[in-house]
Amino acid sequence: MISYVFWGSLALSGIKEGMLVWILFLLCQVGAPALAQDLCQRDAPNGYKVRISLKTALGEDAYEWNQSEMFFFQATMAFAMRRHFQMETYNVDNIILCVQTSRVSFWFVVTSPDNTTMLIPKADVEKAVRMSRHRINNAFLLSDRTLEFLGIYPTLAAPVNPDTPPWLIVFGVVIGAVCVGIIALLISSLLQKRRKEKGMTEDGQDEEDMQVKGVENGINLDGTYNRGFTDDDRFTKL
Amino acid sequence: MPEEGMEDSKGGEERPKWNNKAEYLLTCIGFAVGVGNVWRFPYLCQIYGGGAFLIPYLIALVFQGLPLLYLELAIGQRLRMGSIGVWNSISPYLGGVGVASMVVSFCVSLFYNTIVAWVLWYLFNSFQEPLPWSQCPLNHNNTGYVEECVESTPVNYFWYRKTLNITPNMETSGSLQWWMVVSLATAWSIVYICFIRGIETIGKAVYVTATFPYLVLTIFLVRALTLPGAYEGLIYLFTWEILKNPQVWLDAATQIFFSLSVAFGGLISFSSYNNQKNNCEKDAVLVGVINSATSIYASIPIFAILGFKAHTNYVSCLNGNILALTNDFDISDMNITVENYEQWFDSLNGTHPSRVSDLNLKTCDLQTFLDQSASGTGLAFIVFTEAVISMPGSQVWAVLFFIMLFSLGLSSMFGNLEGVLTPLHDLKLVPKWMPNELFTAIICLLLFLMALIFCLGSGNYWLEIFNSYVGSVPFLIIAFFEIIAVAYIYGIGRFSDDLEFMTGHRPNIFWKVCWLVISPLMLFVVLVAYVAVQAQTPPTYAAWNPDYVNFPDTEVLPYPDWVFAICVLLSSVPVISIPLVAIYRLICCMSGRHSKDSLHNDPNPYANEDYVVERARP
Repeated sequence: MISYVFWGSLALSGIKEGMLVWILFLLCQVGAPALAQDLCQRDAPNGYKVRISLKTALGEDAYEWNQSEMFFFQATMAFAMRRHFQMETYNVDNIILCVQTSRVSFWFVVTSPDNTTMLIPKADVEKAVRMSRHRINNAFLLSDRTLEFLGIYPTLAAPVNPDTPPWLIVFGVVIGAVCVGIIALLISSLLQKRRKEKGMTEDGQDEEDMQVKGVENGINLDGTYNRGFTDDDRFTKL
Repeated sequence: MPEEGMEDSKGGEERPKWNNKAEYLLTCIGFAVGVGNVWRFPYLCQIYGGGAFLIPYLIALVFQGLPLLYLELAIGQRLRMGSIGVWNSISPYLGGVGVASMVVSFCVSLFYNTIVAWVLWYLFNSFQEPLPWSQCPLNHNNTGYVEECVESTPVNYFWYRKTLNITPNMETSGSLQWWMVVSLATAWSIVYICFIRGIETIGKAVYVTATFPYLVLTIFLVRALTLPGAYEGLIYLFTWEILKNPQVWLDAATQIFFSLSVAFGGLISFSSYNNQKNNCEKDAVLVGVINSATSIYASIPIFAILGFKAHTNYVSCLNGNILALTNDFDISDMNITVENYEQWFDSLNGTHPSRVSDLNLKTCDLQTFLDQSASGTGLAFIVFTEAVISMPGSQVWAVLFFIMLFSLGLSSMFGNLEGVLTPLHDLKLVPKWMPNELFTAIICLLLFLMALIFCLGSGNYWLEIFNSYVGSVPFLIIAFFEIIAVAYIYGIGRFSDDLEFMTGHRPNIFWKVCWLVISPLMLFVVLVAYVAVQAQTPPTYAAWNPDYVNFPDTEVLPYPDWVFAICVLLSSVPVISIPLVAIYRLICCMSGRHSKDSLHNDPNPYANEDYVVERARP
């Protein structure tokens, strides 16, 4: 592009004018980064501070944060802006980073693709980040806690609400077992009592009859048996 | 002295018997070893300095605990009746002691099973991932966490809000918490199923409930000793402080007394089902020693885990500070670690003191975290649950811990309820047509309905009142009268004869001196000191009030007047039966010779006295 301007200006005006235009153009090129620096600074009104904790997130597998990673961040942010706005084509150049520390932390601002001096307002950037937060996190193998956009609070995970609370299930099992146990024990007690009563009355009947008939130890005794002297302690045990 | 022949023919019904000696011993041990061994004894060790507390504790065990235990087991075994029958036999004027025992056991059963219900609730909730007390729930529009939880801790929130749904003060009763009612119903159902056939089913149940806690304590011991910070916790337990505080003697005596569960009447009932020729001296010493040994054994894993919790809190406190410093000074991630925190802090404080002070860093001191002690429900449901979250495999540890607490509570409930049921049987208040199972069910249902008061919003406050006022002074009074009754009214000579009949040898001089002098004296001193200390402490309670200025600290409120009146009633009504019955008997005795004493065994309907006299005539 520079060569076309150069040759074009040379063609249009003489070499002197062409040189002037070339110098002006070069100044613009130098001035652009300086202008960009003014846009992105610490505590910029439309900028966000990003804080990355690689060692906390990845431990031994932590990768090194270098210029390539910074470029990747710019690309990811451009993607997030494109995804949110859909009409406008954001590019890597629209994401300006500055104030990088060894923490790792840095500031960034987003410029409009149509006008590189105009910054996208904070609210719009926030919306874009919120929309693609999950994708941004995953791009860097980080989480909401280890890749922080200061000022953009992560949305809390919706609680998992099961239809029946788990404790009710455990309670149901326990109380079911206890009820079955109670009924079983009660029924078995009842059966035992009935069996005992039946057994006792049958035995009692037999012995009483035998004594009345005067049969004791199989020997037929004469005379009537005097019930007054019966050993009937047995019966009191009912 | 009642004749031996009359003992078994109580209306012709045979007295139930233990299947074997092991069941009897396990039941007594299970009754004595309760939740207090796990959550009260370690706390006392901690505040008085472990090693130093053991001395007055063991002295109290030897001179107060064991004699009382031996006395109760012996009279139950000899006289073969529950608490009311036994004291009526010894002296009709002292029948009130038995009634007092029964009333106190009734009141204790009410609140003790509520604690078991709480344990069950936590147990049911331990089968979740993640544990419900590990994180704060979201508020209703999902924008943040519930405020009450954020200001206190998730563990506190789960206990005070999700479990108790506690009201800010006692005047507000709140409503019945249905989940608590459900847990309470479960607890009473389980108690009922164990009591269905009396000691037959209890004897089977104690094989599990009395032994399982030891298994769990051992598992916890092994696990806890491998946790970081366990060593610091144990050092805390074994520090040796001078016995400077006289309060330590009072606490040791009351701890051993309440721990052994004497004066409930339950031990008398259990030993009444024994064979008369059983060596109750050995049983008493065994039960007493095992109870104390369990307390000491339980404090080791408890302290190790408390040390681990303190260590975890300390590390997270430091990590909070480290994060603040790292973020503010943009230092490389993880350059400041727990180990080099001090050096970094000093250097940063030296170069930028104002910036560092603006960060409001917390002072993290391991000792402060170790000093945070808790006893009772605070230990189990707040401190321990917090420790369990940090242990890998939290669900397993939570389930084990709460099953252990449940076993401990259930086996103590057996004794509590036995102290209510057996005297009622002995008083012949049970109609003949009613089977035992139905009677037990009615009593359990009655206790369940009355315990619903503890399921209200203010239930925890009421439980504390019951625990402090019913579960303390009345027992001391009852035990004092028990020992006076046996040593002086029944007579130590007669008692020695009975013991010789049962064990085969007379009690040695140690027991006699204890029963005659040392134990009554100790009991009296402890009673007076306890009442004096209670009278000096203002009647206040700690309320959980989210609107309190200093929340999450608990708000200290005084008891309302009507509540305080109830407290006084709770302490005095159980023991008022002692003088009342004595006066009643005196009046009856003075007014006529034949007092209708239905508590003695029914006279043999076949014993015709006139006929006997005639026969004796030559």
